[in-house]
Amino acid sequence: MDIQGIHSILLEKFGATAVGSATHPAIDPWIQVEASAIVEVAMFLRDDERLLFNHLNDLCGCDYLETDPKKVAKFGHEPHVEVVYQLSSLKLRHSLKLKILVPRWKNDVPGELPVVPSVSSLWGIANWHEREAYDLVGIHFEGHPNLRRILCPEDWVGHPLRKDYVFPLEYHGVRGR
Amino acid sequence: MSMQIEDPRVVEFDVQTDEMLVNMGPQHPSTHGVLRLLLRTDGEIVHECTPHIGYLHRSAEKIGENLSPPQYIPYTDRMDYLAGMNMNLGFSLAVEKLIGMKVPERGVHLRVLIAELGRIASHLVGMGTYGLDLGTFSPFLYAFREREIILDLFEEACGARLTYSYLTVGGATHDLPDEIEIPEGLASLTGRVQGERFPFTDVIEMFLQWLEPRIKEYHTLLTRNTIFIKRTAGQGVLTPEMAVSYGCTGPVLRGSGVNFDLRRDGEPIYTSMYKSYDFDVIAAPFKDAPREVVLGDNWCRFYVRMLEVVQAIRLVRQAIPKYKAATGSFREVFKLNSKLPKDEVYLETEAPRGQMGFYVVGNGEGNPLRVRAKSSCFCNVAITDQICQGVPLADIPAIVGSLDIVMGEIDR
Repeated sequence: MDIQGIHSILLEKFGATAVGSATHPAIDPWIQVEASAIVEVAMFLRDDERLLFNHLNDLCGCDYLETDPKKVAKFGHEPHVEVVYQLSSLKLRHSLKLKILVPRWKNDVPGELPVVPSVSSLWGIANWHEREAYDLVGIHFEGHPNLRRILCPEDWVGHPLRKDYVFPLEYHGVRGR
Repeated sequence: MSMQIEDPRVVEFDVQTDEMLVNMGPQHPSTHGVLRLLLRTDGEIVHECTPHIGYLHRSAEKIGENLSPPQYIPYTDRMDYLAGMNMNLGFSLAVEKLIGMKVPERGVHLRVLIAELGRIASHLVGMGTYGLDLGTFSPFLYAFREREIILDLFEEACGARLTYSYLTVGGATHDLPDEIEIPEGLASLTGRVQGERFPFTDVIEMFLQWLEPRIKEYHTLLTRNTIFIKRTAGQGVLTPEMAVSYGCTGPVLRGSGVNFDLRRDGEPIYTSMYKSYDFDVIAAPFKDAPREVVLGDNWCRFYVRMLEVVQAIRLVRQAIPKYKAATGSFREVFKLNSKLPKDEVYLETEAPRGQMGFYVVGNGEGNPLRVRAKSSCFCNVAITDQICQGVPLADIPAIVGSLDIVMGEIDR
């Protein structure tokens, strides 16, 4: 099923407040989903007989921020963080990209991680992918059973894939620069 | 005289066991690199197996944000360092999809040839090291003898033996050489004169002819070996539902009976490469499996790899005449100062260990805004806790080895 068909099914089921538009002119079009609705939408996508998205290929975060003041005008995005879900159906052989757009910091307080509900109860692998997105991009997945750092050491400070991340000068006596 | 036990409770107390935490790794020979498994054991039985990863984390995704795509190719080599060619191919295809570049026909067949040779080399290591995990040394030596010749051929093609950076955006860095000196190893194995010169494709054909009958020998040595079957059949059973839910891909998924291969079922930009090729997708169950084998066990995963080597040989054989017949250039030039469009792509390719995905976000500049490498082994190793419960401690290496993981790819 193509993206327009999936989009109309989702709109019919969840309404325009939960599901955004799918008309982005892109190579891989995506559907934007409201953070609060992601678990129901994902469960519907996984279990509905027309869709059957049983395979979560990838889940990652992406930080949109331009730190160079000269380039901000050309950047073209409001600062925000995206969570990108790549789904596919091994049975029906179609795929879909979902996106959640959240502010870079919760309530615009630096250091307060944005909150997105966890889908780890739906796909087993989401557990690790969400841990990685938490570790590297700094997104708090609510309802995750074990939200710990996965690639960086447990006492690491900051989230390295944030655009304004500053590399530490020293870590346990090891010089960073 | 039979032994009398006066008070049975004494014996009961004596065999009572305590739970114990055992740290397996990160420096353990059978964890394939720096994987640390935290095992909660009761006596000899493992109740919980928690993998801890990240010891080889090199911030590959962050580095990608500060380099242009051709500059990033060498970093993809270092992800799955046993199949560098396939990693190069995955990232190149993702960037080509982003900028809408079309690779000339000669470049496509060159890529198929090289990628499938890489798959053979990678699966040979998988086979050899799995033998090591189970305590037999000789398959490892044979596998590395064969792999050595593939590495010699790659060295002739691009100059490197492990981190090739050969397949790049638009095609490859060089065309294949016309004529080479036959690699020393191949010369001595096939009884040819050292230093004799042959066309490159003839040397590949010579190698394949020599390799093909050897696969039967590996089956005798490992696959049909009673001890090997006892260690692998019925162990580490991964059901198809769990394999799909945990995002397992590649031989792990196909070993569980899900017939899915991106070379056949993937996106058009990838499947078009293999459109004119004739090959089978290998998936369990197997008709010729021993009685003890269960769908989705270690043996199935191993056997998928072995049969994929045969398919890869078929593909290379088909690629040689196609490559020779194709006219034109082997690459489309990617201008070093070109800008990436404001768009994003996600593309998965079938690397030897599973589906390797690259998510590239362009932002109108030379460097991408975000490079995400979705590793196949990352998903495959996440399953260990599920399939290692209730098995004896000695079977952990057999189960982890059957997943055929490479830590460089997991930690990136």
